Amino acid sequence: MSDVRGASLLSAHPEHSAESPLSIHAMTVAYRRRPVLWDVDYDAPAGALVAIVGPNGAGKSTLIKACLGLVAMASGRVAFWGRPLREVRGRIGYVPQRESVDWEFPVSALDVVCMGRYRKIGWFRPVSRAHKEVARACLARVGMEEYASRQISQLSGGQQQRVFLARALAQEADLYFMDEPFAGVDAATERAIIEVLRELRSAGRTVICVHHDLATAREYFDHVMLLNMRVVAAGPVEEVLTAENLRKTYGGRLTLLSEVSEAVARGEGG
Amino acid sequence: MSPEVYRLVAIDLPAMLGGLMAAVTCALLGNFLVLRRQALMGDAISHSVLPGLVVAFLVAQTREPLVMLLGAAGSGMIAVLLIEMVRRVGRVDPGASMGVVFSVLFALGVLLLEKAAVRHVDLDADCVLYGQPEYMTWLPPAQWDAFFSASTLRLVPRQLWILAGALVLCSGFVVLLFKELRIASFDPQLATAQGISARLMHYLLMVVVALATVAAFEAVGSILVIAMMIGPAVSARLLTDRLVSQVLVSVLLAGVGAIGGYWLAALGPQVLGFSHSVSSAGMIAVVCTLMVGVLVLLAPRHGVLSHRLRQRRLARRVLVEDLLTTLLRAQQAGDAQVAPDRLASVLGGARRSERAIELAMRDGLVQQDTTGVRLTERGEEVASRVLETHRALQRYLVEEVGVRESHAHETAERLEHVVDEDVLRRSGGE
Amino acid sequence: MHAPPSLARTVDEIPTWQEVVETLLLRGGYNTTWVMIGTTLLGIAAGIIGVFALLRKRALVADALSHATLPGIALAFIVGTMLGVQSKSLPVLLLGAALSGVLGVVAIQALHRHPRVREDSAIAIVLSGFFGAGIVLLSVVQSMRSGSQGGLARFIYGQTAAMRHEDAIVMSVIAGLALVASLGLLKEFALVAFNEGFARVTGWPVTLIDIVMMGLIVLGVVAGLQAVGLILVVAMLIIPAASARFWTDRLRLLVLISAVIGGLCGYAGSATSALLPRKPAGSVIVLCGGALFFLSMLVAPRRGVLASIMRRIALRFRIARDHLLEQLHDLEQRDGRGTVIACRALADAMRERGWMGLQTRVFLGLLRLRGLIERRNGGVGLSERGRAIGARVARNHALWERYLIEYADIAPSHVDWTVDRVEHVLRDDVVRELERAIARTEAAR
Repeated sequence: MSDVRGASLLSAHPEHSAESPLSIHAMTVAYRRRPVLWDVDYDAPAGALVAIVGPNGAGKSTLIKACLGLVAMASGRVAFWGRPLREVRGRIGYVPQRESVDWEFPVSALDVVCMGRYRKIGWFRPVSRAHKEVARACLARVGMEEYASRQISQLSGGQQQRVFLARALAQEADLYFMDEPFAGVDAATERAIIEVLRELRSAGRTVICVHHDLATAREYFDHVMLLNMRVVAAGPVEEVLTAENLRKTYGGRLTLLSEVSEAVARGEGG
Repeated sequence: MSPEVYRLVAIDLPAMLGGLMAAVTCALLGNFLVLRRQALMGDAISHSVLPGLVVAFLVAQTREPLVMLLGAAGSGMIAVLLIEMVRRVGRVDPGASMGVVFSVLFALGVLLLEKAAVRHVDLDADCVLYGQPEYMTWLPPAQWDAFFSASTLRLVPRQLWILAGALVLCSGFVVLLFKELRIASFDPQLATAQGISARLMHYLLMVVVALATVAAFEAVGSILVIAMMIGPAVSARLLTDRLVSQVLVSVLLAGVGAIGGYWLAALGPQVLGFSHSVSSAGMIAVVCTLMVGVLVLLAPRHGVLSHRLRQRRLARRVLVEDLLTTLLRAQQAGDAQVAPDRLASVLGGARRSERAIELAMRDGLVQQDTTGVRLTERGEEVASRVLETHRALQRYLVEEVGVRESHAHETAERLEHVVDEDVLRRSGGE
Repeated sequence: MHAPPSLARTVDEIPTWQEVVETLLLRGGYNTTWVMIGTTLLGIAAGIIGVFALLRKRALVADALSHATLPGIALAFIVGTMLGVQSKSLPVLLLGAALSGVLGVVAIQALHRHPRVREDSAIAIVLSGFFGAGIVLLSVVQSMRSGSQGGLARFIYGQTAAMRHEDAIVMSVIAGLALVASLGLLKEFALVAFNEGFARVTGWPVTLIDIVMMGLIVLGVVAGLQAVGLILVVAMLIIPAASARFWTDRLRLLVLISAVIGGLCGYAGSATSALLPRKPAGSVIVLCGGALFFLSMLVAPRRGVLASIMRRIALRFRIARDHLLEQLHDLEQRDGRGTVIACRALADAMRERGWMGLQTRVFLGLLRLRGLIERRNGGVGLSERGRAIGARVARNHALWERYLIEYADIAPSHVDWTVDRVEHVLRDDVVRELERAIARTEAAR
């Protein structure tokens, strides 16, 4: 039963439109007076898994937050399928960084996933059985159905991340933003996340992930945006992850540079 | 000695002096509470001293200030330890653990007070809560020749001595341990690693805060102590960027708050034509609070207003420089004059271009006649300097940062207004 | 200024049993009954609102809010007197209280927007500044000719004994309103408190929900003013919720337990005050709550202090057991299966791990009781079960050690190899790779 429902979540294709699911134009974000993002232009391809990669403090999370209206832009424009955010909120899913919430909060894993349905439920009304079933199916898709009634503080880091992922699935969105979903997770979770990402892609959804690991970016994603305060390069993985681009992104950071060249060598060798 | 002068010496002077010493004592410590984000710890302590006061009173059966001081400081410390325990052991949110502990202790204090009242002993809850500096009176001899004698000093109210003691203690604490307090507040782990136990500093500070609170409560009451701790310190933070100057400025502001507040309370109503004076303790707290409000708006560098002004000035400069470079480019392309409507389309609207022209004309950078706008000699000079900066930046962005050629122009255009000469030289301008 | 509230009352007489029973059964007279119902309802409402105040980390904002009501009360009284309105009219005073409370919250938000004014400073400043203004206004009230100061002091300490049934009805209505509203918005409050960013992204008006939540806190505070007083009313919000938090991880249950605790405290406080009119009800309510809080903190099954101490002891014991068995296993590996190990030799080996001799002996005894170790001639040896555990621990240890060496660059820092099993944390292929590496090293030896 729940499997069927889980599959049905993906069966309906998002409406096709000529417009890119996410287009950013001339986005500049500044904290106090220091710019964090400078003049970012980007069009995301539809139905792809996109990684935003860059060094610490490159503004990766800020980019996502600015797209979603969580951080104010100093200038620029963001459109989703050619329309402003407020018209398409229902079609956008979000997986925030795990550290952004208090995991001691008194809710169970299922409660958290149900939060993804709140928009569909609406004001004042409690969560109905049908919505709970959907949430349960989403938990099953990330391999967490046994933990549905666990309090969230009793889950491991990876399991918490999967709960967040399930919540995003429960949103039944066409475009997903994920902030470091792979940060500090265990092997099982990494596999589960990849599995879900690929399912989403084959259902025509677009996923935009902040990602910190160059080595796996090549393996997991189709498109990459190299970011360091501004877009250094963006496009298909093979075209973008060149030594030259990486040098520009990571600049003179020696330790990182060696890691990067190693990653590139590994990628080109295999 | 005339009656007015005597009134001043006997009533206003001790009260004002008491308020002043209390405010300075509190402000000194407040600096560190504010920096350590423990402003509310002061609040919690000041609520929690009540049961200690009452217990000390019930046990010793005397209003001897030293006994009360000891009891209050004791219960202040119990509060600090309890809060710490509830937070750590019970894993309760810090705000909530403060709330639970101080309200329970305060409730205990109120209940004990009632017990004290049963025994018909006089302990005034109101005095604890909001203090009465007016009660600190000094009744020296009314003749000047008898005034200067040892016995006159002996008549100085005891609260003043206690406040003076607290002031000496706190200044000593802050001056002697300044370095340690600074490092423990800024980076507790580094401090601990260097052998300055951050936890020890925390408890030391809390003990001194408890003592200061108790010493000050007779002057201003336990709740208003908070205003004197936090108000001047936050105000000083808005005015200065260095800890030493912040502490000094806060002391100064505390003095202003205490004397100003007292004056407003004692004399203000008379100016307005009322015969009664109002609570001076309350007024001191109000002044300390208003100080913060005013400075948030008006502080020279960090105030909201100056921030707005700076932004506006920058926006204006950007606008004028954009106008000048547009004119210069046109001039280099052979058009000495540019029609206003063309400028409007480049600068983003007729209103913006009109404003730009108006500002540039005021500085003598452009001239306007019926056919269009042209650069003056000075305008040309400024424009070419801006353009030079722009080119240097563009080169820097393309060659060093790796910005796409097509993008570099736009980016350089934004940077050119804010970059100073020094940066430019280093970015490879030559 | 004012006499403390307690001095005005007459000496208590110890109530008879009959009085106690009648009061507790709400038959202690019309006024008393109403006051008790109102206070209990207030406790329930405050308990529920408090849950959200706590989860949204607004506990001390609520404290500042309640202190900030004082100038509003005094001003309402002054204006009311000047206009000739019945100046003791409770709704007028409470309206003034609510307005200045809201103004206080707005002031906190405004100050907090400045990057150099932290939230705690803003709260502290507003709290004491508004309270100071209130005291100034109270001194004005006192100097006014017309009438007494109208018992405004009861708003500072709270006083149920002097409440009339009309006052209690006003209190009940406000509390009931807050109760219904907070139950209706349970889901929305939880979402915003748990994950504000997510709520924003999914299109909920977070600011509006926050304002409504703050509004309910205002209602709770205002309702509690005359019963508990403005200094202690925040305790009615915080204590029940904080106590309930020890007992459950479920939001609905949390709300329920908090409501029950709040209601109980309100009931107990007003009953005590009805029986012993000299005892200030506010303090009794708060002390009841405080007792429940510390009791909860101590004995709650999972989050309680005792439970956590027990857990820590159990963990210590398990780690010690693992160490000892691992050591025995190592010695067995060296000398062959089933060897007898002299206690002294074992104690020496354990000393290298930092154990004291006595410690080794005590744990040996404990493990023997559990059947993990057998006493043999002249020493001890591993039982079948003990050997299995020892082998597992040794393997786990070796794998982790290997892992930390091989993958030093990416090793997760949060792993505790004494507790986490390799298989639970690492991918299967990595574990196999490690096993191969260990085998290689051993073969090379």
